[in-house]
Amino acid sequence: MNISRRQILILLPAAAVAWKSVLAGTPEASPNYKMTDHWWSMLIDIPKCIGCGNCVRACQTENDVPDGFFRTWVERYHVTDYHMENPEVISPDGGKEGFPVAVADEGKYFFVPKMCNHCTDSPCTQVCPVGATFTGPDGVVLIDPKYCLGCAYCVQACPYGCRYIHPEKKVADKCTLCYHRITKGLTTACCEACPTGARQLIDLKNPKDPIHEFLKTHDVQVLKPQMATGAKAFYNGLDGSVR
Amino acid sequence: MSVFKDAGHLFRFAGLFVLAFILFLVIRHFVVPKSFGQYGHYRAASIGEIAAHQVKYAGHETCETCHAEVFDVKKDGKHAHVNCEACHGALAKHADDPGAMTPTKPDTAVICARCHTASAAKPKGFPQVVPADHSTGLPCETCHQPHNPGMDAAAPKAPVKAAGGAK
Repeated sequence: MNISRRQILILLPAAAVAWKSVLAGTPEASPNYKMTDHWWSMLIDIPKCIGCGNCVRACQTENDVPDGFFRTWVERYHVTDYHMENPEVISPDGGKEGFPVAVADEGKYFFVPKMCNHCTDSPCTQVCPVGATFTGPDGVVLIDPKYCLGCAYCVQACPYGCRYIHPEKKVADKCTLCYHRITKGLTTACCEACPTGARQLIDLKNPKDPIHEFLKTHDVQVLKPQMATGAKAFYNGLDGSVR
Repeated sequence: MSVFKDAGHLFRFAGLFVLAFILFLVIRHFVVPKSFGQYGHYRAASIGEIAAHQVKYAGHETCETCHAEVFDVKKDGKHAHVNCEACHGALAKHADDPGAMTPTKPDTAVICARCHTASAAKPKGFPQVVPADHSTGLPCETCHQPHNPGMDAAAPKAPVKAAGGAK
């Protein structure tokens, strides 16, 4: 078969367009969803969290998380003046049923919801020996349960302690940022159930997302920035004692 | 050809190598899933499989399509931004087929107390009460309409002992 220079010049852009649509992709369950249009993440507004545990319960219901394991959990910090470096942290059953009543004293209390940070440079995906966990084209770190061996390297690698080995499936499991919901245009179960708006699903690629204005006007941090994980769970009003 | 005179064993070895490589490619073709490597070093089809999971929380937009009257009550109150399923629980089954599953009315003694029980750990501006002092054991909905809990929204049906009061 002979292809002239003219034909090559015509075919190349067409091939480029075709390849681009392959790269963009659409999860089969959500035909109108285009992965490359999104860069998902979460905003956690500490001053709004009341420690009700709604997010933990909603997550367990939505994702069939087994008892005693958590894709998201809430910690309560108690920091006193002399122990900034050593806060007292409790999280009874992940905060699922709320927290014991705190009595005002010289220290300060606050709640810190925790979850997968959906890191841009996730340590967990880098250590996977079989390519069972990955950062998708839309910024969500996912696990392929059919490929996972259950070796738990990723469980050790995650600096945020967000992964666990599922006791029945024997594979790694963690927050999917409710991938089955966000691809259908819904918010995550934890955001849906949060009564105060302390958790908000954000899309950094959506120019209309209010997160851009929020990040400009608030003091927002990520957890363990020194680990250079590219964490995307943004915490507003985070105390320095939080690890 | 004198260069290759005594090189027969090398060619046989190279042939073996080529055969092994072809065998490797054939096995790889059948063992590696089709979508592996489409976006990166993983099985792209797993993204679709995860996206196909069942939704259990219907989302407040879905609730609003049938229960618009509740949203009218809620919209001016303090609970305007508390989504339905924050208190009523996951109800996608009910949304799919209202007859198949009817939600039970939440117990205000549990639901309200979960958020509004006074604790030094909660943000200062958040309305909190000591339930035992505040309501003298009466259910919350005696005075507060949960969808619009302000006191002007619903007149108290029964007198509440003033002692204790909102803290």
